Amino acid sequence: MTSSNGQPLLALDDVHVYYGNIAAVKGLTMTVMPGEIVTLIGSNGAGKSTTLRTISGLLRPRQGHVTFEGKRIDRTAADEIVRRGIAQSPEGRRIFPRMTVSENLDLGAFLRKDRDRIAADRERVLELFPRLRERITQKAGTMSGGEQQMLAVARALMAKPKLLLLDEPSMGLAPVLVDLIFETISTIREGGTTVLLVEQNALAALRVADRAYVLESGLLNLEGSARELARDPEVVRAYLGG
Amino acid sequence: MTSSAPAVRSPQLAVRARAVAGRAAAILVLAVGAVWLAVNLFHAPTQFFQSAVYGLRNGVLYALIALGYTLVYGIIELINFAHGDLFMLGTLFSAFTLTGLGLTVSSPKGWLGFVLVLVLAMIFCASINVTIEFLAYRRLRRAPKLAPLITAVGMSFILQFVGLRWNGSTPRLWPSVLPAGHFQIGGVNIDYNILVVITVTAGLLALMTWIVTSTRTGKAMRATAQDQDAARLMGINVNRIISFTFAMGGALAGAAGILYQQTVGTTRYNAGFQLGLIAFTAAVLGGIGNLAGAVLGGVLIGVIQGLNDGLPYAFGQEWSQSVVFAILIMLMVFKPTGLLGQNIGEKV
Repeated sequence: MTSSNGQPLLALDDVHVYYGNIAAVKGLTMTVMPGEIVTLIGSNGAGKSTTLRTISGLLRPRQGHVTFEGKRIDRTAADEIVRRGIAQSPEGRRIFPRMTVSENLDLGAFLRKDRDRIAADRERVLELFPRLRERITQKAGTMSGGEQQMLAVARALMAKPKLLLLDEPSMGLAPVLVDLIFETISTIREGGTTVLLVEQNALAALRVADRAYVLESGLLNLEGSARELARDPEVVRAYLGG
Repeated sequence: MTSSAPAVRSPQLAVRARAVAGRAAAILVLAVGAVWLAVNLFHAPTQFFQSAVYGLRNGVLYALIALGYTLVYGIIELINFAHGDLFMLGTLFSAFTLTGLGLTVSSPKGWLGFVLVLVLAMIFCASINVTIEFLAYRRLRRAPKLAPLITAVGMSFILQFVGLRWNGSTPRLWPSVLPAGHFQIGGVNIDYNILVVITVTAGLLALMTWIVTSTRTGKAMRATAQDQDAARLMGINVNRIISFTFAMGGALAGAAGILYQQTVGTTRYNAGFQLGLIAFTAAVLGGIGNLAGAVLGGVLIGVIQGLNDGLPYAFGQEWSQSVVFAILIMLMVFKPTGLLGQNIGEKV
């Protein structure tokens, strides 16, 4: 999957992001090639979610560029970024609690006009997560954390993105569900969607990803193929509990 | 272990006792209210229904204005203090436009003019509200909550000043193009213009409900109200949705403006202050942010006010405001979220 030639789908070039005067990301450079699963791992507060929020346009980098399909998007409005083909399943799920599962899925496809395809994609995500079909008319806020997580991923898929950003999809889930989520990530890639995955569960993330970046205090610490990094003594010590 | 057990149990008992006492007090208050209504109903049934009808007319106007407060609060958690004054500008627009068109008597031409000016007043107030949001509130969206609140108070003064320059400092009586007569049902007079107020309001409420629940924009509004960043991630243009919400609230205030001016007749540059305050109370009573709650709160306050002002055994008109706010205070004690307010943990 990792092709070294060709244009990257997403590229970050020396990106700095601040909250007020506090730097959260300090010069991050990374690329995601079409068709890849790339994971961004690191401990709490390393700047992983900040990076995803910046790519989605919820935050503006103070310095550096973000390019998607060769065009700069770091000054583009968040809704326009979704239109260009980036969807995110955000940290903390952020589903719409007072709306039904069905309405949440509709909102995922908010910008799309192709009604037939939307219906087909809805079938597809409901096949991926049969639990959601059972709960389709239920208010999303009344579901369990695991079900809400599935909904957040399903909702992002409804945008039919070229690039799917997943922020901690395994957070707070039972081990069975964690396996299900990571299996689903592989399935999603087979469907032609590129995935950038942020995870604290480094072991599972490295198993499913092609390449990985290790972030520490807003700085890039290591990068490489997921297989190599899973064997790297430093990574094993710091993130894999070796 | 054994010694600490009773210490753990007694606070629980105290909490339960307080809950029971609270419920008992609430039931007592409601029972007193029910007895009061029953005594009046049996003693003077005609007067009872007559007062209720007048109360209902005011109530639906309160509801229209209350919706503007609750729509804006629901989406950006701002109490838009300028909203009552926007309504006041709506009354002036209606008075000046209809009179300017030479429509001062009830005739088919006048009724047509009423419909036309209703639409124009809605557009007028919607445009002003959108402009206010764009100029004054938008850049304060990430500021501490107090900043937009004070700005809203400032906008209120600006709109009042516009009203002062436009209409003069004294109340002015304007002609109405609505039919003046009434008909009777069982001795209760029902003015034709009350029917107009209720019909127009019902139509607007139906339209608004349809927009919010069934259209793509309505769905985007609800999403934005629940989680702005998540809405952005769906590709929703949040600024546009907030503008649309202000437009909708403004349009309803414009409609309330013409209905008020055409039924009450007089208006004044500060007419929006008192009505705005009552409408805001209605929105809080129903549960701020809840659309059905705003309508319920408005109608309830209107009817209670009407009954208080018109019934033989009541505090009377001079206590009208006190009764309204006493009810609000009591409700806040027993049910702080308002009648239909939600109390669920949303941000999980």
